[in-house]
Amino acid sequence: MNVKEGIIIYDVAIIGAGVIGCSVARELSRFNIKTIALEKGPDVSVGASRANSGIVHGGYDAKPGTLKAKYNVLGQQMFERLSSELDFPFKRNGSLVVAFGKDGLPELERLMAQGETNGLKNLSIIYKDGLLQMEPNLNSNVYAALVVPEGGITSPYEMAIAVAENATSNGVVFKFNCEATNISKINGVFSIETTGGVFESHLIINAAGLYSDSINNMLSSHKLKIIPRRGEYCLFDKTESSLVTHTIFQLPTDMGKGILVTPTADGNLLVGPTSNDINDKSDISTTAAGLSEVLSKGSLSVGKLNKSKIITSFSGLRAHLGYDDFIVGEAPDVPGLINLCGIESPGLTSAPAIAAEVADIVSKRLNQAENPNFNPVRKGIPYFRLMNNEERKAAIKENPDYGNIVCRCESVTKAEILQALRSPLGTSSMDSIKRRTRMGMGRCQGSFCSMRALGIIAEELGVDITEVTKFGKGTNFLNERNKESL
Amino acid sequence: MKKVDVAIIGGGPAGLAAAIGAKRRGIENIIIIEREANLGGILNQCIHNGFGLHTFSEELTGPEYASRYIDEIKKEGIPFLLDTTVLDVTPDKKIIAVNSSGLIELEAKAVILAMGCRERPRGALNIPGTRPAGIYTAGTAQKFVNIDGYLPGKEAVILGSGDIGLIMARRLTLEGAKVKAVIELMPYSGGLKRNIVQCLDDYGIPLKLSHTITEIKGNERVTGVTVSKVDEKLLPIPGTEEYIPCDTILLSVGLIPENELSKNAGAMLSNITGGPTVNESLQTSTEGVFACGNVLHVHDLVDFVSEESMRAGESAALYVLGEQAATQAAIKLEPAGGVRYTVPSTIDPGNIKDKIDIRFRVGNVYKNKYIAAYFDGQLELRRKRLVMAPGEMETISFPKEVFDKYPGTGTITMTIEG
Repeated sequence: MNVKEGIIIYDVAIIGAGVIGCSVARELSRFNIKTIALEKGPDVSVGASRANSGIVHGGYDAKPGTLKAKYNVLGQQMFERLSSELDFPFKRNGSLVVAFGKDGLPELERLMAQGETNGLKNLSIIYKDGLLQMEPNLNSNVYAALVVPEGGITSPYEMAIAVAENATSNGVVFKFNCEATNISKINGVFSIETTGGVFESHLIINAAGLYSDSINNMLSSHKLKIIPRRGEYCLFDKTESSLVTHTIFQLPTDMGKGILVTPTADGNLLVGPTSNDINDKSDISTTAAGLSEVLSKGSLSVGKLNKSKIITSFSGLRAHLGYDDFIVGEAPDVPGLINLCGIESPGLTSAPAIAAEVADIVSKRLNQAENPNFNPVRKGIPYFRLMNNEERKAAIKENPDYGNIVCRCESVTKAEILQALRSPLGTSSMDSIKRRTRMGMGRCQGSFCSMRALGIIAEELGVDITEVTKFGKGTNFLNERNKESL
Repeated sequence: MKKVDVAIIGGGPAGLAAAIGAKRRGIENIIIIEREANLGGILNQCIHNGFGLHTFSEELTGPEYASRYIDEIKKEGIPFLLDTTVLDVTPDKKIIAVNSSGLIELEAKAVILAMGCRERPRGALNIPGTRPAGIYTAGTAQKFVNIDGYLPGKEAVILGSGDIGLIMARRLTLEGAKVKAVIELMPYSGGLKRNIVQCLDDYGIPLKLSHTITEIKGNERVTGVTVSKVDEKLLPIPGTEEYIPCDTILLSVGLIPENELSKNAGAMLSNITGGPTVNESLQTSTEGVFACGNVLHVHDLVDFVSEESMRAGESAALYVLGEQAATQAAIKLEPAGGVRYTVPSTIDPGNIKDKIDIRFRVGNVYKNKYIAAYFDGQLELRRKRLVMAPGEMETISFPKEVFDKYPGTGTITMTIEG
C-alpha cells in the first residue's frame, strides 16, 4: 500500500458489490492486499444478485470448454464448505430437467453427455413412473427427466451479504453510493471518479454486472456491450413449497434454461424466469405478459400452482454479452483492468470459483503474501425461526429482545433487527434489514410489521422516523408528521 | 406446563367477547393472549364512528367500542397477556407462546381461535410494474395515520373499494392528502353502501368501477399508476389506459383470515372463507378448538363479531363443563345458487338454545331476489331481499322449533332464487 499526498492508493479496487464483487473481495482478503469495493447502490447485492433464481447449477447446461462450464462445475463443488464457513443457506436438493414427450429424450441424453464431459459423475435419466414417485405433483404427462444430484439452492443475497461481511472483517473496505463516472490511468495508477469521491488503485476488478461494459469502455478500446436480459418471477407462500423438492427445469432454449419451479432456500416456492432482452438497464419492472408467461409455463411442469398463493412478484436483469460465455481476465489493451463481464447464469454458482481464480491472478501479480490473520468464518444472525424451543429459551434469557416478535409471518424478533442494523457493513434501509432478517418477506409482505420496524430503525439510528427509507435516497416510507403527540 | 380451562388467542373484538362469554358461563381459569401492546386489536386504529349500532344502539368509534369490552374484561378480572405471540397450538390444545420473559407453555381444555385477518398484499394480485416506496395496504396506512400520526404520502390512488379503502379515502382527505381515485375491479363496490356515500361521495372522490391498475410507475417513489377499464372477464381492455400521477398507492383488495395456527391445531379450513369450518357451537373439526370473528370469516360489522364470539366463548365453556349435548347426527348446510358459503357448515340441533343464526355471503349483486332454505328438499323459508351484494353479509335465523318440524334432516340447502 502506497500513500500519496494523503490519498490512499489501494492495491485493488473492485467495482460492483454483487455476489461476484463480494466473493472476489473475500478471496483477496486472504492475502496482504489492500482492497476497496465501490458500489453504486446503498448496499451489497442490490443488482442482479438480488433478483435471480438462487440456483446452484450442477453444470450440465454449459457448453464444454467454455468458462461457464469450467467455473460452474468448480463453483458448485465449493458450496458446502462456503455455506458452513459463512453461515448462509444452501441445500443440495438436486435438479430435474423434465421432458414431456418421447421427442425430448435425445435432448436429455445430449445434456447428460454434456454434463459428463463437464465433469459430472452422477447424472442419470429417470422415466415417468420413477419421476412421479420422486415428484408426485409434476404433471402426469411427463415422459422422462435428467436427474442432477449436484444441483442445489441458495439465497443469492444472503450469500453475498455473508461473503461481504467476512471480507470486511478481514480488512476489505466497502463504499456504497459510489457510482464510477470516469476512470483514467496515470503513471500506472487508476484514478476512479465516483459519485462518492475519487479513489486510486493499482488494479481494477470490473465486477459491475450490467454496467461492466461501461467500466471496460472507459479504459479499453476493445468495446463491450451488455444487453440487459430481463427475467420475471412469482414467489409463492411457504405453504406451497412442498409442491416440489427438486428444482424442476424444462428443456433449455437459446434464451436460457426456461421457466423453473423450485423450492427456495428460505422455504418458499419460486417460479420463473422469463427471458426478454430489453434496452433499459434500470428497468426492473414486471409486466402483465411476463407474469402470465411465468404462470402458464410453470404450470406445464406443476399444474397445481395456485395463483392466489403468490405473495410477491419481481424481475431481475441478467448481464448478457452478445456471445454465450463469461469474460474473466485482463483487458488486452489495459494492463491491470481485470474484467469479469457477462456473468449471467450460472454466475451465482460460478462466483466462488471465479473469485478464487481472480485472487490467484492478483496475488501473483502483486506478489503479496497470505494474510496470516485471515479468518474464514463468519457467523450470521441467529434466527429465532430456525431455533428449537430450548435454543429460544436460552436466547431470550440472554437477550429479552429475542422474545419480542416484530414480523409475525417470518417470526423475526427485535433482537435480529438490531443485529442487522449493527452488522459490519452498516446499512439501514428497510430493504437491507429485510434481506438480512426476512422481516416483511412473509405472506403479509410487511403490512403488520412496517410501523414497528420503522420505529426500531429510527430509534437505533437516532433519526426521525420519516427519514427511514425503503432502499436509500428518495424512498422514504413516511411523508410527514400529521399529528402532534398528546 | 401451566393449565387453563379456556385459552383465547387474540385480544381483539373477537377474543374479548369470547372471554366474556366463557366467563358468564362460569369459567374462571381463562387466559387471553395478545401479540400487540394493547387489547382491542384493529379497533384501536379505527377512529371513525359507526361501531356498536346493533350492540349498544349508539354510534361509537373503534377505540370506544373496544373499551366497553376491555372495561368488562378488567371488571371481571379476566387475565390477559400482552406483547405475547403464540407460536404453536397443537390438536391436543397445547400452546407455546413467546414474550420478552421467555417461552410460555400452556395446556388448555378449550382453545378459542380469534386471530383476525390480514390484508391481501400486492403480490396476490400480481400487479405489474416497478417496486418503489409508497405502496401500502390500506390498514397499514390507517395505522400510520391514526395510531402513529404520520401521513404516508400526499397524492393517493386507492385500489379496491373494500371498507378499509373507503374509510382511508376519507381519512387521507381529512389529513390533507389528495385522493385521486378509488379503483374497483368489479362492477360493484366491495364495501358497505354507507361508506361509499359518507367516505367518497361526500368528498367528491371518484369511484371507478370495472377498472384496475395495470402498471405501477416510479423507480424510487411511486410516481403514478396506469389504470385500465376491464371487460366482463375482468381483463384489461387495451386502449382504455389512463395515467394518474400519484406518490402513494393504497391496496384494499381483500382480507384473508389468519389461520396458520388453526392449521397447526388440526382445524379443517374452508376453501371459500379461508377460515375453519365450524358447527353450530363454532367448534372446528378439532374437538375443543373453537373459532370466531374474522379468523372464521371476514365480517363487515364488529357487532356481529362480538355476538358470534360471545357464543364461541359460551360454547367453549359448555364444552369444558361437559354440558354440551351429546353429538347427534349433524345436519349439513349446503350453499347453492349464489350463496358462497355458510357459517356454520353443520348443525347439531341438540345444541341450539332458542335459535341459530346462519351467516353467509352472496357471489354477485342480486336485486329483488329471495333467500331460500330447503330442508332435505322441502322449502322451509323464502325471504325477499331488495338488494344483496358480496360486500354485505347476510343472516338468516332458524328458531329451534324448525328443527323439531324436520326430524332426521340430512341437508339444509341455502340458495338465492326468484
